[in-house]
Amino acid sequence: MAAQIFSAIFVIVVGVGGCVAYFWGANKLLDIIFPSRGVAGAAAIDNLRRQGMIRPWLFVGPAMIILTIYLIYPVVETLRLSFLDRSGNNFVGFANYEWAFGDREFRNAIFNNIIWLAVVPAACTFLGLIIAVLTDKIWWGTIAKSLIFLPLAISFVGASVIWKFIYEYRGAGQTQIGLLNAIIQYFGGQPQVWISLPFWNNFFLMIILIWIQTGFAMVILSSALRGIPEETLEAAVIDGANPFQIFWKIMVPQIWGTIAVVWTTITILVLKVFDIVLTMTNGQWNSQVLANLMFDWMFRGGGDFGRGATIAIIIMIAVIPIMIWNIRQANKETGGH
Amino acid sequence: MAVATGKSFASRFGVHIAVFIFVAIWTIPTLGILVSSLRDKDQIIASGWWNSFASSTQTEAGRLPPASAQVEKDGKFVLEGNIFGDDPARDISAFGVKSSAPTQYPAGTTADLGDGETLQLNADGSFIMTSTKPFEGKRGQRVYYASSAPPKFTTDNYNTVLFSEGIGRSFMNSLTVTIPATVIPILIAAFAAYALAWMRFPGRALLIAVIIGLLVVPLQMSLIPLLKLYNGVGSFFGVPSKTYLGIWLAHTGFGLPFAIYLLRSYIAGLPREIMESARIDGASDFEIFVKIVLPLSFPVLASFAIFQFLWVWNDLLVAMVFLGTEGDQIVLTAKLNALLGSRGGDWEILTTSAFITIVVPLIVFFSLQRYFVRGLLAGSVKGG
Repeated sequence: MAAQIFSAIFVIVVGVGGCVAYFWGANKLLDIIFPSRGVAGAAAIDNLRRQGMIRPWLFVGPAMIILTIYLIYPVVETLRLSFLDRSGNNFVGFANYEWAFGDREFRNAIFNNIIWLAVVPAACTFLGLIIAVLTDKIWWGTIAKSLIFLPLAISFVGASVIWKFIYEYRGAGQTQIGLLNAIIQYFGGQPQVWISLPFWNNFFLMIILIWIQTGFAMVILSSALRGIPEETLEAAVIDGANPFQIFWKIMVPQIWGTIAVVWTTITILVLKVFDIVLTMTNGQWNSQVLANLMFDWMFRGGGDFGRGATIAIIIMIAVIPIMIWNIRQANKETGGH
Repeated sequence: MAVATGKSFASRFGVHIAVFIFVAIWTIPTLGILVSSLRDKDQIIASGWWNSFASSTQTEAGRLPPASAQVEKDGKFVLEGNIFGDDPARDISAFGVKSSAPTQYPAGTTADLGDGETLQLNADGSFIMTSTKPFEGKRGQRVYYASSAPPKFTTDNYNTVLFSEGIGRSFMNSLTVTIPATVIPILIAAFAAYALAWMRFPGRALLIAVIIGLLVVPLQMSLIPLLKLYNGVGSFFGVPSKTYLGIWLAHTGFGLPFAIYLLRSYIAGLPREIMESARIDGASDFEIFVKIVLPLSFPVLASFAIFQFLWVWNDLLVAMVFLGTEGDQIVLTAKLNALLGSRGGDWEILTTSAFITIVVPLIVFFSLQRYFVRGLLAGSVKGG
């Protein structure tokens, strides 16, 4: 263990030192090759111009190399692999896609993903908005927000254990140690094995993600609500609007852009949801989702990279509209800079 | 909102109640595993954690001594003793001899077991069993009893999981993965962000667009090609393909788009006058970056560091693919996932392990919440 700590520290020093040495050394080298000081006027201007052309690439170079290896190349490669067989050697055309849409498990995953997409972003945004509005009105709102925000720091696996304990099932009549079944039994109901109830188990898994992400929506929306000009609210009150009208007709329209950002962010997260399903059910009892199915195919029976890549491409296709929207928004904002 | 203060007491009270309910729903689940992780493992399965401060009642089974311990008294054969041995810490409320009726007789009464046998079991665990015929057999009579034990809190669970379940080791592995994977991207991203914000070069706008596009690319797209690449590199050089170096670089790659995006928007917002006056004084871009931009960007660097730290610490997918699901290098999240499979019903192990995995993020989160929120607000287009 001491060796491990030492090697971790060693890597940090080497990694950071290497980065510093690269950036410093590359700059120094550039100054030496194209000196701008101590040379005659015209040559100095020439060299300065050359420096100006090269230096930005020294700065962005390492980032570009890493992004290319870890994100850009894999996107192209995954697309290619989706047309190959399980070993990645033989071209099979659209066979993997045909398999996917005919496969019962895949269709189940698509169906579940659509339910997740319909429920989780909406629930998080709605609850986040309600909590943001309510906590703004009370003196202990900051503490309340901190506590609701807290699950955001918890890993999906940790959260799954937390909720699995809540859903824990014992036979009817026994002492329930899972909170949910204990409450149900207290009120005279029948305890259930929540995570294996067909169809409804999806919702019990979704609750975990909603529990984690509501704090995110709340924080972003809360700051947007603070940005609403006071005058518009006062004018509404003077005109006799009730709190619900103020909320729906004055507040919500003014933070519409922020709601869209929160919604899309959670949507992307939902498309990639993996850990929760893996740890709670591993896709059993019809609770499969795409990301978990993909992971499954990566390793199932030695791994089928063709099918795994196909599922990844389908997740990617769902993300593309959001990607284009983001780039357009960013171009609008940075257009003036 | 001054206008809202005129509202009725009832509606303000309603707001307090509503927020209180939300806070309760959002904190009780975590509280559940914290409390459970500190309970005695027999009590965890005997009663819900919300009852952990009351004595818990549990039904247990024991065995009386075998026939060899009998003594003859007044023409009867007698077995005597205490079912708890030397540690009579619990209170028995009822007992029985059939598993179908484990609490048939109240404690202290004498049960007629038929065939001339009687059994009396007292609240403190002492028993007398008599028979008109000699007892036979090597195994004693099976006895069931409901006992209540006082609440018992212990840190034994933590000792167990840290030192014999391998969680301690995984904790170190998680730190080994997380710290370099947090530090390395910062510097690389900061230089790139500065160039994209303040230097002019052809293709800059395109690069920014690419980085914003990469922000939302699902991790799943990268897994298979990188796994193949790592396996290829591993077999080509004859080195293991699942290494810490591999996962550090992977996390660096996956974290870079967000890092560059976040840092660029902050650095682009720094005052132009400072940069220009430094340039007039003859400072090079490198000097401007190191002496002016880096110190001024501290808040956003901190924001990103917290994000990346939490992301890497909490990550399961990248760790499972690039470090594996077993062996010496397994990280906390993967270990917890493995325990869910192998120790499914052992809640003392699971709750304690879960709490250990979430305690570091919680500390980071509470001590640096300000920076975390700032990063969240600045970078909320990121997919997570």
